[in-house]
Amino acid sequence: MRMRTMEISVGFFMLIGFLALVVLALNVSGLNLASKGAGYKIYANFENIGGLTARAKVSMSGVQIGEVTRIRLDPQMLMAEVEMEIYPDIDFLSADSSAMILTSGLLGQQYIGIIPGGDVEVLAPGEFIYNTQSALVLEDLVGKFLMNQVSE
Amino acid sequence: MEAVSPATGSASSMLEDVIVEIKDLTFSRGNRPIFKGVDIKIPRGKVTAIMGPSGTGKTTLLKLIGGQLRPDSGDIVVEGSSVPSLGRKDLFVIREKMGMLFQSGALFTDMNVFDNIAFPIRVHTQLPEEMIRDIVLMKLQAVGLRGAYDLMPSELSGGMARRVALARAISLDPNIVMYDEPFTGQDPIAMGVLVNLIRRLNQALGHTSIIVSHDIQETLSIADYIYLIADGKVIAHGTPDQLKTIESEQVRQFVEGLPDGPVPFHYQAPDFLEQLMHKGVSR
Amino acid sequence: MIDFMQKLGHRTLSKLAAFGRSGQILFQSVVAKPAPVMMFPLLIKQIYFVGVLSLIIIVVSGLFIGMVLGLQGYTILADYGSEEAVGQMVALSLVRELAPVVTALLFAGRAGSALTAEIGLMKATEQLASLEMIGVDPLRRIIAPRLYAGFICMPLLTMIFAVVGVWGAALVAVDWLGIYSGSYWVNMQQSVDFMSDVVNGLIKAVVFGFVVTWIAVYQGYDCVPTSEGISQATTRTVVYSSLAVLGLDFILTALMFGDL
Ligand SMILES: Nc1ncnc2c1ncn2[C@@H]1O[C@H](COP(=O)(O)OP(=O)(O)OP(=O)(O)O)[C@@H](O)[C@H]1O
Ligand SMILES: [Mg+2]
Repeated sequence: MRMRTMEISVGFFMLIGFLALVVLALNVSGLNLASKGAGYKIYANFENIGGLTARAKVSMSGVQIGEVTRIRLDPQMLMAEVEMEIYPDIDFLSADSSAMILTSGLLGQQYIGIIPGGDVEVLAPGEFIYNTQSALVLEDLVGKFLMNQVSE
Repeated sequence: MEAVSPATGSASSMLEDVIVEIKDLTFSRGNRPIFKGVDIKIPRGKVTAIMGPSGTGKTTLLKLIGGQLRPDSGDIVVEGSSVPSLGRKDLFVIREKMGMLFQSGALFTDMNVFDNIAFPIRVHTQLPEEMIRDIVLMKLQAVGLRGAYDLMPSELSGGMARRVALARAISLDPNIVMYDEPFTGQDPIAMGVLVNLIRRLNQALGHTSIIVSHDIQETLSIADYIYLIADGKVIAHGTPDQLKTIESEQVRQFVEGLPDGPVPFHYQAPDFLEQLMHKGVSR
Repeated sequence: MIDFMQKLGHRTLSKLAAFGRSGQILFQSVVAKPAPVMMFPLLIKQIYFVGVLSLIIIVVSGLFIGMVLGLQGYTILADYGSEEAVGQMVALSLVRELAPVVTALLFAGRAGSALTAEIGLMKATEQLASLEMIGVDPLRRIIAPRLYAGFICMPLLTMIFAVVGVWGAALVAVDWLGIYSGSYWVNMQQSVDFMSDVVNGLIKAVVFGFVVTWIAVYQGYDCVPTSEGISQATTRTVVYSSLAVLGLDFILTALMFGDL
């Protein structure tokens, strides 16, 4: 009888332990099993990506539509090439969309914002977004500001 | 000091079928020698008693036989295998043939009396639960504690705990049972029952019993053969009758329970008066 | 001076010997003999003692630590106008560091000391010796289930601690201080990565569970079988395992998150 209650409470303990793992996976780390790997890839070249990292979000009008999967340096163009995975249900990005690197808040993380264009054709998997705007780098801004002052 | 042994043919013929043989055993705790060359032969199917003053190493001897301690030199042969040279695994196999009643009882405090006695049976056999129940109740009946089967060890008196421990030691009907002071803490009635029980187990089941005890009368009445140990050596051995006739002062003192004689009552120490007057106690 | 050197050498040697013995115990109870089926009820019982009975202290501490983190995080981050990031701060510090470390420390105090005292007392009352004489290996029967229970319970307790902590922080930050709950959770989900944060935290928990139980069990098995010896062994369990956890935490963090 005592053994029985012990077994039950141990079972209960193990259960909430594993539930905790599930909560950590889904609610805390936002692991999304369903869309993992099911999206399609598009690319964009940036002159400067600032502090963008893999797993940064890709959003349109503030709504997340995918995430950055890989960043590398394009050896020919000498620009950063960012690979993004877009969720499969977002299949209406026009071919002339533009991408820019934005910052959430003053100290926040950097992410990619996509601004739709007017083209009727849509971006196919593996295609590039040509219209890009690099990250704002504080030093550049200050530099430009100083140049303007000098030239005035 | 020479061991006083009866020079008789009858004793040696009785010792022919030897189940435990201890050969020239030496053992020390730290720097203090406990045994300095001990030879003991324990005959199969008999009750052998090991007696000696407190602190001479009787418990230690039982632990050496069980392989829980390793001798410094010498050999201990149990049923043909040399215990000190056995590996861990073989040691556990040979121990299944032994039962030991610990001086402290050593009951498992997380089980009740019933489960304590059933424990060895459950680990070593596949018997069905009803059969285990019968065996356990039989053993409990033998030690007069059938009514206490569902008590926890903490609810037992010292003497009861020892009887339960005894029941556990014999629950598997082992070939060799070692009793470390089975009679201490028992009232005269229980004592008589235990003496009979050990005798009966020995005769009915052919157990070999090794008894360590201070109770001279009981031991003399039950033992077939007695070894007297003092000062790290066997000082005498023989059947009870032979022992009573041995003239050695040491043996006389022990058998008759005289307070003073060659066997010192005190643990080895410097002269009492001198220590009081000069040295104090060095720490 | 020579005396001192001699003592030092002696100490070192005896520590090394102790380490060797503890390794031997570990090997004989776990590695050399895989758990037989008969061990299952024993394991359940130990998980009950080691895990279930530690649950309350873990949940309560997790809750309070989460709430404190939420409060502190909010006040600090509010100075930079990024109080929305409190979720991410709380979750990262809990999942990566606080949950494994604090759980391990509580575990050492709650379960580790109990294990040492229990085994030490079994030794003192000759229960271990009488198991041996019955022909049952105490390493297998007494030590092994406790070791396994420790390995199993620590990661589970750690995860429970982390979840309760994150929830406690949400209670403070969202419900009391009024951060928008969407940004609390979304910020958190974006910065916490399952593999590199949650799984690494879990690895830490497994390592800590292993070390703490090992120390506890060894100290009990090797203690001087007197009441004084047991009390010293219990103290040693808590001290050694706390130090081991903190030291190992640094090493593991450097390996996992640092670029060393
Ligand atoms: N663990 C130990 N460490 C060091 N010395 C010990 C230890 N156990 C026993 N001794 C010493 O070994 C000697 C023999 O002890 P043992 O317990 O075998 O005596 P004994 O003959 O059984 O005595 P008693 O009749 O009082 O039970 C004692 O002098 C004791 O001081
Ligand atoms: Mg003794």
